[in-house]
Amino acid sequence: MFLAQSSPFLKPALSVSKMMRVVTLLMIPGILTATYVFGYGVLINIFLAIIFALSFEAIILYLRKRPIKVYLNDNSALLTAVIIGVALPPLAPWWLTFVGVFFAIVVAKQLYGGLGYNTFNPAMVAYAILLVSFPAQMTTYWQTPIMMLSQVNGQTLSLLETINFQLFAQLPDGVAMDALTSASPLGIVRTSILSGAATISEIDAQGTTFGMLGGIGTEWVNLAFLAGGLFMLRKGLISWHIPLSLLATLGFLSLLFGSFELDSNPSPLFHLFSGATMLGAFFIATDPVTASTTPRGRIFYGAGIGALIYIIRTWGGYPDAVAFSVLIMNMCVPLLDYYTQPRVYGHQVDNDDQELP
Amino acid sequence: MSQTHLQKKNISTSIKENLYKLWSFPGGIKVSGNKSQSNQQPISTAKTARQLIIPLTQHIGQAAEPIVKVGDKVLKGQILAHANGAISAPVHASGSGVITAIEELPVPHPSGLSALCVVIDTDGYDQWIECTPLISENNTLNTSNQSQQTINTLSNEQINKQIANAGIVGLGGALFPSAAKLHTAEKMHTDTLIINAAECEPYITCDDVLMRRRPEEVILGILLIKKIVGAKKCLIGIEDNKPEAYQALLSCISGYNFAHKTNSAEPQIEIIPVPARYPAGGEKQLIQVLTGKEVPSGGLPMDVGIICHNVTTAAAVYQAVYRGEPLISRIVTITGGAIKTPQNMEVPIGTPIRDVLNQAGLQQDKIEKVIMGGPMMGFALSSIDVPVTKATNCLLISEKGELSTPPPAMPCIRCALCADSCPMSLLPQQMYWYAKARDLEKVQDYNLFDCIECGGCSYACPSNIPLVQYYRYAKTEIQNEERERNKANIARDRHEFREERLQKAKLAKAEAARLRKEKLAKKKALDAEKAKQEADKADNSDDSNGDSKEKSKAADSADLIQEAIARAKAKKAQQQSQRKNTENLTEAQQKQIDEANTRRRKTSQTD
Ligand code: SF4
Ligand code: SF4
Repeated sequence: MFLAQSSPFLKPALSVSKMMRVVTLLMIPGILTATYVFGYGVLINIFLAIIFALSFEAIILYLRKRPIKVYLNDNSALLTAVIIGVALPPLAPWWLTFVGVFFAIVVAKQLYGGLGYNTFNPAMVAYAILLVSFPAQMTTYWQTPIMMLSQVNGQTLSLLETINFQLFAQLPDGVAMDALTSASPLGIVRTSILSGAATISEIDAQGTTFGMLGGIGTEWVNLAFLAGGLFMLRKGLISWHIPLSLLATLGFLSLLFGSFELDSNPSPLFHLFSGATMLGAFFIATDPVTASTTPRGRIFYGAGIGALIYIIRTWGGYPDAVAFSVLIMNMCVPLLDYYTQPRVYGHQVDNDDQELP
Repeated sequence: MSQTHLQKKNISTSIKENLYKLWSFPGGIKVSGNKSQSNQQPISTAKTARQLIIPLTQHIGQAAEPIVKVGDKVLKGQILAHANGAISAPVHASGSGVITAIEELPVPHPSGLSALCVVIDTDGYDQWIECTPLISENNTLNTSNQSQQTINTLSNEQINKQIANAGIVGLGGALFPSAAKLHTAEKMHTDTLIINAAECEPYITCDDVLMRRRPEEVILGILLIKKIVGAKKCLIGIEDNKPEAYQALLSCISGYNFAHKTNSAEPQIEIIPVPARYPAGGEKQLIQVLTGKEVPSGGLPMDVGIICHNVTTAAAVYQAVYRGEPLISRIVTITGGAIKTPQNMEVPIGTPIRDVLNQAGLQQDKIEKVIMGGPMMGFALSSIDVPVTKATNCLLISEKGELSTPPPAMPCIRCALCADSCPMSLLPQQMYWYAKARDLEKVQDYNLFDCIECGGCSYACPSNIPLVQYYRYAKTEIQNEERERNKANIARDRHEFREERLQKAKLAKAEAARLRKEKLAKKKALDAEKAKQEADKADNSDDSNGDSKEKSKAADSADLIQEAIARAKAKKAQQQSQRKNTENLTEAQQKQIDEANTRRRKTSQTD
């Protein structure tokens, strides 16, 4: 009786399915750029991740006796899979993707209650677990960016060769792993500066780390994700609060510390256009389920992630930090939501008589 | 807390020449208007139906009291039922004929209620009763100075009495008796009169066409209202998607404003286009956009010196004063995919909706839903054999695929699109969780009763969750609980009072016994002492003595009762103040709840 339809009768503006689909589609520019820069491995990762994710999702939905078709159609597993696919090293072996997707879909999402109930961003849970468990694969299986090949005399793999490597760990004759991969710009900067091996200008002089804006190669990927992200903003799929506060905080901190010791701190642009910054700011941190929901809460949430990215990149144990930063801020969400409730129309003061949920 | 939503903006709108400073309201949604289907044609007139069914409750407050009986012959405009109390409105015959029944009949209501109605079998003559206007109608606005002067010759009481007798209620949807509202506004310090001409809800165009076709009636009605409330300023808020209506009103008032230029050079009546964004026509939102002020939670616009009236109400005031006609018809928008010629029609109150739809070309086979009011705040009718009432501003007959179907809701994904679209800055998602969990206290902590049920959140929700439905449910539950508790309180008080009374009766009995004994002893003594004296005298004095004792005893017991009542009252007050806000609703809040309740039945946003 109580759920008989009543107003509003207007067709809803958006569905979860459409929202997730459009966000996924808007990752395509970034994905294509990444494929160009890092080789076919990116596409294969994504392909495998999608297959694994949908299978896991279907199996768990079946076990939980949920309508499989309805929930597979919501495209949320698809989006998670695509994010994992781009985040993994392009030469990742298939089982790395498999384990990652398992943790994302089965553990982080479905065991927490499925769509809408998870506290942590599934893709980032996957990434963090893999990074901690398989640090070697996660940091070294990055194919040399195409624009660096000539400088380092590197090699690339064809599509078939890539598949062969990722599925069966077989490299073509005469190709060594070392010749295929190179350390990421963020990694180089971090190790050089922390160990005092080289200053920024010395790293720059080698010409294999910095591009025009950020890290060589990754800057293009970042630009492409930025473009997709701006489009999402325009379409109203995400609000500006999280990306802007995230990028502004990251930029501001790198500017602030950079101005103390110029030669041991990379520029704000480097931070903004290297690693997973733009992917994180627009596609990962904005995950509705795990982000803060109030406007001011989102600003703090984004700013928190931005600050943590800078801190972990500069002083932490890992070259890139989007996953850990997002997960840490995920934990703060209930608190943020609670303390940043907007002032309700006609109420002059906050309702401070509420208890914590 | 520093955050404020009121960003002062200079919004240049599509309607030129207007640079009035506007504020903004948070949230809101962009919806496609769907107005052009119905607002192109002139206002048509409905044929008088063979039978008129006129409900006695078409307003907030007490049902009107019928003064006619079955078999009476009535003329068009004749009063059928008197206002019953201060918050009530009379009801008139909307056609001439014979009364064939006064009985409970189905009326348009979300839950398909029945209510007492007067049924008139019309005679086809449509014969009017004699009307007594206060001002003759040829006093038009063209001689604007004169029209103001004519209005000034009337007293507030005169105008307001005319409004009360005409049965005018808030026609934007609130249905509050206008005379009562105006009377209060007159007493309080009201400096701004806001006329709601926003009509923000999709599909509805009855205000739009009224302003286009009868701008003078609107403006003269506004002048009358303005005079009563004594407002210095009058702002007409109109959404910027109605340029024709805007122009029509503007040409009407330019002469007037010229004639009444004040020293401050600020025109007395201003027509202000506001950006079209649902729900800009919500009373609270319109006030915020036009003045930057917020109506305090649980309060009324009058608390911030503002009174709001709808354009259609203004036109009804005009008709009452300039033509002496009571409110017996209204303009209804008839639209939707299942209607061949969408249009606006002047319909006598009481006309069966089926008749009205047929006249607009109802395509029976296409009907999917019949909605009274707009698609955002209206409600679905289960039958079209109910009458048009003062509340019927729009009949939306949708065809398949035009409107939403009952949703298979997905889980909430916490996207906060609902919160982003809430004009009241509520947290719809949290209210939803607690309403779903039936945590009625928590849901109130999240200010459930500030929700205006605009439907913005449900519309924005990608998971298709019928959020507003949960809020209505929670509100109803809370009110039911409230009622139960009140009943229990009354019962308990009654019980306590009874105990006190019994106790007191016992005491009184004992006292009486003591007195009797004393009296007896005294009498004996007297008898003994005065045995030798003559008996008559002694007896008399004794009687009078006993009388006065009797009286003082009665007074004593009255005091005791008073005390008992006072004790019970104090106890109740104490208990209430200890309880949470559910029980502690102030009168204003209760009123707001009631208003919210009725808002369900209505379609547009202000009265
Ligand atoms: S219906 Fe209530 S909660 Fe939903 S948007 Fe409107 S005011 Fe906000
Ligand atoms: S819009 Fe719907 S899905 Fe999104 S937070 Fe609100 S209730 Fe949840």
